[in-house]
Amino acid sequence: MATETEAAGAAEHAAGAAGHAAQSVGMPQLDISTFPNQIFWLLVTLVVIWLIVSRVIIPRIGGILDDRAGRIAADIAAAEALKEKAVEAEKAYTAALAEARSQAAAIVAKAREEIRADLDKATAMADAEIAARTAESEKRIAEIRASAMASVTEVATETTVAILGALGVSADAKGVAAAVAARIRG
Amino acid sequence: MAEGTEAEGLVFHPMDQFVVKPLFGGDTIAWHTPTNVTLWMAVAVVCVILLFVVGTGRRAVVPGRVQSVAELGYSFIRKMVEDVAGHDGLKYFPYVLTLFLFIVFSNFLGLIPGAFTTTSHIAVTAVMALLVFVSVTVIGFVKNGAGFLSLFWISAAPLPLRPVLALIEIISYFVRPVSHSIRLAGNMMAGHAVIKVFAAFAPLILFSSLGFLVTPLAILAIVAMYALEMLVCFIQAYVFSILTCVYLRDALHPHH
Repeated sequence: MATETEAAGAAEHAAGAAGHAAQSVGMPQLDISTFPNQIFWLLVTLVVIWLIVSRVIIPRIGGILDDRAGRIAADIAAAEALKEKAVEAEKAYTAALAEARSQAAAIVAKAREEIRADLDKATAMADAEIAARTAESEKRIAEIRASAMASVTEVATETTVAILGALGVSADAKGVAAAVAARIRG
Repeated sequence: MAEGTEAEGLVFHPMDQFVVKPLFGGDTIAWHTPTNVTLWMAVAVVCVILLFVVGTGRRAVVPGRVQSVAELGYSFIRKMVEDVAGHDGLKYFPYVLTLFLFIVFSNFLGLIPGAFTTTSHIAVTAVMALLVFVSVTVIGFVKNGAGFLSLFWISAAPLPLRPVLALIEIISYFVRPVSHSIRLAGNMMAGHAVIKVFAAFAPLILFSSLGFLVTPLAILAIVAMYALEMLVCFIQAYVFSILTCVYLRDALHPHH
């Protein structure tokens, strides 16, 4: 600092005409005559700033920061509660889904059971009908066979009578019939 | 500078900016005269009001730009007081905040070209340092009684060394207000004076062909110094406040 001051002093001497002679004594900081003035206004300023700080700034900004902290804490708590709710909802959903699944399985099983029962019944009915038809067919076949047998006997008798006639043997019809019948029966 | 006639064109008055002048004319400076000191201190007060009172007027939960800055400053100093002076030091937070706001605004206002830097005056910084010194000493004795003197009696040191250390501690304790005040005023004055010296070189181009070299350099130097000074303005305000907190911690907890 000292060199700067000297340089300043020297420069001021060189430019003495500029009218700065009053200030060329040295550092204005060391001019004791201005001290009371500076100290007075400094104290006034400090008191004013202190009043602003303690009456307005600290309550206000402290309040704002507290409000914000409270608000954030409350919001976090609300979010926590909502999250819990969501978890519960998910649980309920999962339970409902499981129940619906088991119900669906039961319904499927029941339907399958019913269908099987129906099927069994229908099969049984069909079997019975088939049996009945078979029996009827067998009966008719037997009838046809019996009638065919009768026809064979008749034809055989007549043929025998005719052959015997051709051979010149008159045969008793009753006797021929008995003989044919015996022969057919084996 | 070699040619005498041209050198006369350069005017070096780096200290003129620190002269205390009456605002409304006149030569005498009584204790109550409104001076440029009054003006720039009032501007500092207005800035405090604009930033911290008007800026926080909406009390928004989601702060705007100005309110963010105000909250940042508030939280910064509050955290510093709590970290350095301890939780019981928070009682003195308003005083530290007052000092910080005054110093930081005065420092930065002093960077406006043509402005008067109130904190470059030793009278101003010495009064603040003495306020801190006296308050801290009173708080120390009120809180700890004679136990406050244990600040000077370092029980961790070997017994024969303790009287010597006590002497050193006492001297350093009483030097505190001196270093506390001169650090701030010296930094402010030196930086501003250097800027002014460079500024005086800047118009050389009007008088001499040497100016083609000197003027750009001078302007560059002013810009660089200005940037450095912005840093210094904040750091010195911070240093003043944090030292206040350190002294407070010593007063509240004098045992090493």
